[in-house]
Amino acid sequence: MSEHESNIVVIGGGISGLTTATEAAEAGYTVTVLEKDPFLGGRVGRMNKYFPKLCPPVCGLEINYRRVKFNPRISYYTMADVEKISGNAGNYEVSVKLRPRHVNDKCTGCNACTEACPVEVPNEYNAGLNKRKAAYITTEQAFPFQYVIDKAACTGDCGTKCREACKYDAVDMEMQPQSLKIKAGSIVLATGWKPYDAKKIDNLGFGRYRNVITNVMMERLASKNGPTGGQITRPSDGKEAKRVAFVQCAGSRDENHLAFCSAVCCLASLKQATYVREQYPDSEAYFFYIDIRTPGTSYERFLNKIKEDDKVRMIKGKVAKVSEDPATGDVIVEVEDIFAGGKSRVAVDLCVLATGMEPTISELRLPSDIKINENGFAVIGKDQKGIYAVGCVKDPVDVAKSVQGATGAALKAIQTVGRLA
Amino acid sequence: MEKKYGVYICKGCSIADTVDTEKLAEVATKEHQIPVCKSHDALCSPSGLDLIKGDISGEGVNTVIVAACSPRAKHREFIFPGCIVERANIREFVAWTQEPGTEDTQALAEDYMRLGITKAKNSFPPEPFLLEETNKDVLVIGGGITGMTSALGAADAGYKVILVEKSGELGGWAAKMHKQLPQSYPFEALEENTVKRTIDKVSSHSNIKVYTSAEIEKIAGFPGQYDVSIKTNGTSEQAKAGSVILAAGWRPYDANKLDHLGYGKNPNVITNVQMEEIASSGRITRPSDGKEAKRVAFIQCAGSRDAAHLPYCSSYCCLTSLKQAAYVREKNPNAMAYVLYKDMRTPGQYELFYKSIQNDPGIMLTKGEVTGVSETQNGNLFIDLKDTLLGENIRIEADMVVLATGMEPNTKIDADVLKEWKVKFDEKLKESGGKPDPNAPLEPHKVPNVLKLEYRQGPELPGLEEAYGFADSNYICFQYETRRTGIFAAGSVRQPMHMLGSMEDALGASMKAIQCVEATEKGYSIHPRAWDQTYPEVNLQKCTSCKRCTEECPFGAIEEDAKGTPFHKMTRCRRCGTCLGSCPERVINFKDFSINMISSMFKSMDVPEEGLRLIGLACENDAYPALDALAMNRDRVNPAFRFVPVRCLGNLNLAWIADALSRGIDGMILLGCKFGENYQCHFVRGSELASERLGKLQETLGRLMLEPERVKLVQLSIQDYDKLPEILNDFSEEVGEMEPNPFKEF
Repeated sequence: MSEHESNIVVIGGGISGLTTATEAAEAGYTVTVLEKDPFLGGRVGRMNKYFPKLCPPVCGLEINYRRVKFNPRISYYTMADVEKISGNAGNYEVSVKLRPRHVNDKCTGCNACTEACPVEVPNEYNAGLNKRKAAYITTEQAFPFQYVIDKAACTGDCGTKCREACKYDAVDMEMQPQSLKIKAGSIVLATGWKPYDAKKIDNLGFGRYRNVITNVMMERLASKNGPTGGQITRPSDGKEAKRVAFVQCAGSRDENHLAFCSAVCCLASLKQATYVREQYPDSEAYFFYIDIRTPGTSYERFLNKIKEDDKVRMIKGKVAKVSEDPATGDVIVEVEDIFAGGKSRVAVDLCVLATGMEPTISELRLPSDIKINENGFAVIGKDQKGIYAVGCVKDPVDVAKSVQGATGAALKAIQTVGRLA
Repeated sequence: MEKKYGVYICKGCSIADTVDTEKLAEVATKEHQIPVCKSHDALCSPSGLDLIKGDISGEGVNTVIVAACSPRAKHREFIFPGCIVERANIREFVAWTQEPGTEDTQALAEDYMRLGITKAKNSFPPEPFLLEETNKDVLVIGGGITGMTSALGAADAGYKVILVEKSGELGGWAAKMHKQLPQSYPFEALEENTVKRTIDKVSSHSNIKVYTSAEIEKIAGFPGQYDVSIKTNGTSEQAKAGSVILAAGWRPYDANKLDHLGYGKNPNVITNVQMEEIASSGRITRPSDGKEAKRVAFIQCAGSRDAAHLPYCSSYCCLTSLKQAAYVREKNPNAMAYVLYKDMRTPGQYELFYKSIQNDPGIMLTKGEVTGVSETQNGNLFIDLKDTLLGENIRIEADMVVLATGMEPNTKIDADVLKEWKVKFDEKLKESGGKPDPNAPLEPHKVPNVLKLEYRQGPELPGLEEAYGFADSNYICFQYETRRTGIFAAGSVRQPMHMLGSMEDALGASMKAIQCVEATEKGYSIHPRAWDQTYPEVNLQKCTSCKRCTEECPFGAIEEDAKGTPFHKMTRCRRCGTCLGSCPERVINFKDFSINMISSMFKSMDVPEEGLRLIGLACENDAYPALDALAMNRDRVNPAFRFVPVRCLGNLNLAWIADALSRGIDGMILLGCKFGENYQCHFVRGSELASERLGKLQETLGRLMLEPERVKLVQLSIQDYDKLPEILNDFSEEVGEMEPNPFKEF
C-alpha cells in the first residue's frame, strides 16, 4: 500500500479531467489524475475530427499532454480503479486499485512485444472493427507511450514470447495489483460517457446487420489510425461506403432509452457527413432528424455550410425501421418523411446510428451523499462541498462545454483547498 | 554558468543496429571536443540514468546532450535539475525511419548530433521575468449573472475583486426575469429567480468591491499590473488589478428591425424581454388595452437563424419561450400558449423540460415557418405559417405575440459606428502623412467600446472574423485561449448561452484569471507554453525601430515609444517567438532559443559536395509529433532532411534561410499549421506570417543568386503524418532537379 497526497484528485483522464487537472496545476495546485484505461485521452482521443472546425483532436491533446509532462504538480495513474472515497471536504481519502499493466516504466515503446505476441483479439479501441495483439499500444500518439499487456487476452500458450522479445526488462507477467491511498482536499468526477448500447434499439438493426454501425464506430472508420486506415468502407464486405444514412436520436430523446438529448449527435453526424463527402466526390449522405440542434454561432454556420451541399439530404422524420437486403448487404432505411409526407425507403451502403451518450458515473462507487438521477447523471447538491462533477458526468455536453465546465470545476476545487500560501 | 558538456548516446531501440555509435561519438569528441561522451544500451533505464547523474555529480557535467529518442518520449526521465538538457532525436528520426547501415543514415545521425550539441552550446538556463510587485486582484467588467458569478468565484478562492457595472444596479438581464429555468434534475418546474440572492452575496462579500453606474475609462498596463480608470458618478477613480474578466453581456436584437413580424406596427407584438416584465408585474396582459392575453403565440428565431438579421442561433430563445409559455399557463390555467419554431433546441437534460411542456395540453408546439403577422378586425393577431408538420399552411389567432428575439454581444460594434470611426482613423492617418485605403475595413477591435485598453494594437479584444462580434475562443479544446493575455471573456459576450451555461462559463474565466496572476508572479507564461520561464530579450542598441515586431505580435505584447522603439510588456507575452522571427536585425532572442542558435545549428551541419541536404523546420506541436508518428509506424523518411523543431513557424527568420542556403544547404521545407479561416495555429498567425515573410525571400535569395523555390511552406496538421513521406519526397525531387547549390564548394 502506498500513500500519496495531493490537493485535488481528478477521476478520469479524458478531455474534461485533463482540463481540470492542468488548469488547477497551472495555478499552483497539486493534482492526481486517475484513469481507468491504460492511456489518457478518453473518448476524444478516438475521434477523427472535432466539429465544427474539423481540426484533429490529437492536436489539443498533444498540448494537454505536454502540459501534463512538464508540470511536476501533476501525477497520473492509468489502469486505476477507484474503490472507495471517504472523508469530507478538505480531507478526502481515495482508495485506488491499480490493475497490473504487465509492462513497467522501463518500456521504451520499441514495439518488440507486439511483434512477438501471437494472440489477436478484437480491438475495443476501434470499436471491435479490427484486431489487436494482447501486447499492444493503441495509436502512434498514445499517452503515456508505454505498452500494455492484456492478460485476460493472453493465452500464455506461447510461453513468454513478449518477455523474451523485450530487451529492456519491461515485461513483467507477475506484476500484481497495487493499492494506493490518496489524501486530497477536493475530488473532481470526470468519468465521462460511453455510447448507448445500440443493440437495445430493436428497430434499428444494430448487431443484426453488419452495415449498421454507430457514430463512434464511424469516427474510428474515418481515422487514419483506425481499422481501415481512414477508408470509409462497410464492415460486411469492405465496399466503399458512398451512400450513407445518418439516423439521428438513435436512443436519445426517447423515454424507452435515453430520455435526454445527447447534445452532440446532430453536429457529430453533420461532421461525419463531411467525411463521406470529402472522401468520395460521388457520394450521398442522408440525414434523418427530428430537430437539427446546432445552437450558437459556429455550429449554426457549420450547418448552413453543409446545407449548401445538395448531396447531403436532410430529411425531417423519425426512422421507423432499418432492415437489410441480404443479397447486396445494403441497408434499407424506412422513414416517415414529414415534409414530403408518407413513408419513404432509402437503400444505402452504410447506416450510421447517431447513438447518444450514456454517463458512466454510476459505475463508480460514490459517497452516499452523491445521487445518480434516473438518466444516470450525477446530482451534486448545491451544498455539496469538495466533490464536483464535470463533462458528461453532469449533463450530456460537447467538448467545448466540457472544457468550460472543467475549467470552472478547477476553480471550485481550488476554493475547497484554499488559497495557497 | 560555465558549461561542462556531456554527450550520452543510447544504443537501444535499434539505434546501434542502424548507425555506428562509435563513429557517432567522434562527432562529439573530435569535432566538438566534448570531454565527456558515453554510450549505454538503454539510457532511459535506471543504470543509464545513473550514468548521466553520476557525471553530473562527479564530473560537474551541467549541459547534457542526450542522443536517443524523441524529446516527446521519456520526458520526465531526462529532466536533470539545474542542467541544460538537449535531445538529439536519433531514434525516431534515424533508427526508426532510415535504412540501417547506410552512409546516408550515418550522416543523418551525425548531423543530428551536431545539431544537438550546437543547440546546447547556444542554450542558457531561463531567468524568469519577475515583476517587482504582482497585483493579484481580478477586475470583472459586467455585473450580470456572468460577472457576478465570476466575481464570487474569484472572491471565494481568496482573491480581491473589483466589479464594474454600467447600470445603476447589479443583476443584468437575469435579475429582470420573472422566474428562471430549472437548474437541476428533474428539470421540470420553473424556479424562483435566485439572482437577488446572488446580488446580496456579491454586495456583502468582503473581497468584492462593486462599482455601479460605472464604466471603464481606460485599462493601461499588463497582467499583474493593470492600472484601471473607472468613471463613476462623474468622477474618475483609479484601481489596480492583475487580470480582467470581460463579462459585458448581451443586448436583445433590435426588434424594430422585425417589422415583418409586426413589431412596431401592433403594440401587442412584444419581445421576450418585455414578456418577462409583464409576467413579473402579475397577470399576462397585453399592451394595447391591458386586457388579459389568453392566447399567446411565441415566434421563435425572431431575427435569429436569418441571414437578413442574425445568421446564428441565439441558443437561449427556445428554452426561454418554453418557460414563458409556462408563465401563461401558470397565471391562468385556461389560457393557451403556442410556440412556433423551426427546430426545437433544448439540448442535454433540458430535453426533460421540453418534455414537461409538451405534456401540458394548453401549450401547442408547432414547427413551421412564419410567413406573416397581421391584425384581425377585433384587435387580435393572425400568425400565418407554412412548412408545418401538418403539411399545410395554417393560421393561428392570438391575443398577443411574443417574439423570441436573439442576442447580440455588447462587444459588437454596429456597422454605422464602425463607419464613423473609419472616417476618424483615415483623417488621423492623413494628418500623419499616411494614405488611407478606402476599401480596407476598420477592424472592430480598434474602436474603443468596453475594455478601452491602452494598447498599441487597439483598445478591444480582437474577434474572430466569423464570430459576429462575440469575443469567442478559436479553439474547441481551449475555450479561454485569449489574444490579449490576462483578459478572459465569459458568458454571452463570448458565445450565445443561457443562464446556467453562463454561470459555468463564468467560473472557468475566474479560474483562468487567477491562474494568470499566479503564473505571472512566478515568471511563467500562460497557456499554451505554461511551463516556459524564458522570455524575449531585446538588444535595443541594434534595433532600427522598423516596427515589424510590434505589428506582428499576436498578443499585443509590444508597445513602442515615440521613436518607434519597441518595448515588450513582458507579462502579456506568450513566448511564441513571433517577434524573434519578424526581426530583420536579429536582436530579439530567448535564453534557450535564439536566431543565432538556429543559424549556428544549420552551419554546424556537414554539407558534402555530392548529395542533397535539406532542412525541415517543424512546428513543435503539430508537425514534429507528426514526424514522430511516422517513426512509430516505421515509415521510411527521405534521408536528405534534417528536422529542427521551432516553437511556431512564426519564428521563421529570413536570416536562417540565408544562412542555411549560403552554407550550401539545398533547400528548406517549413512545416506549419493551417492558416486562414479556421486557423489552427495557437499563436494565431504563425505559419501565415512565415508565408508572408517568404514573399520577401526573392530579395534575400536574389542576392545569393538562388531560386526561391528552394524554400517551401506546407500547411500540415498533426494528423497528416501519412502525407508527409510524399510531401518530402516531392520537395526533394523538385530541389534535386535544380542545379546544385553553388555555395557547397565554399
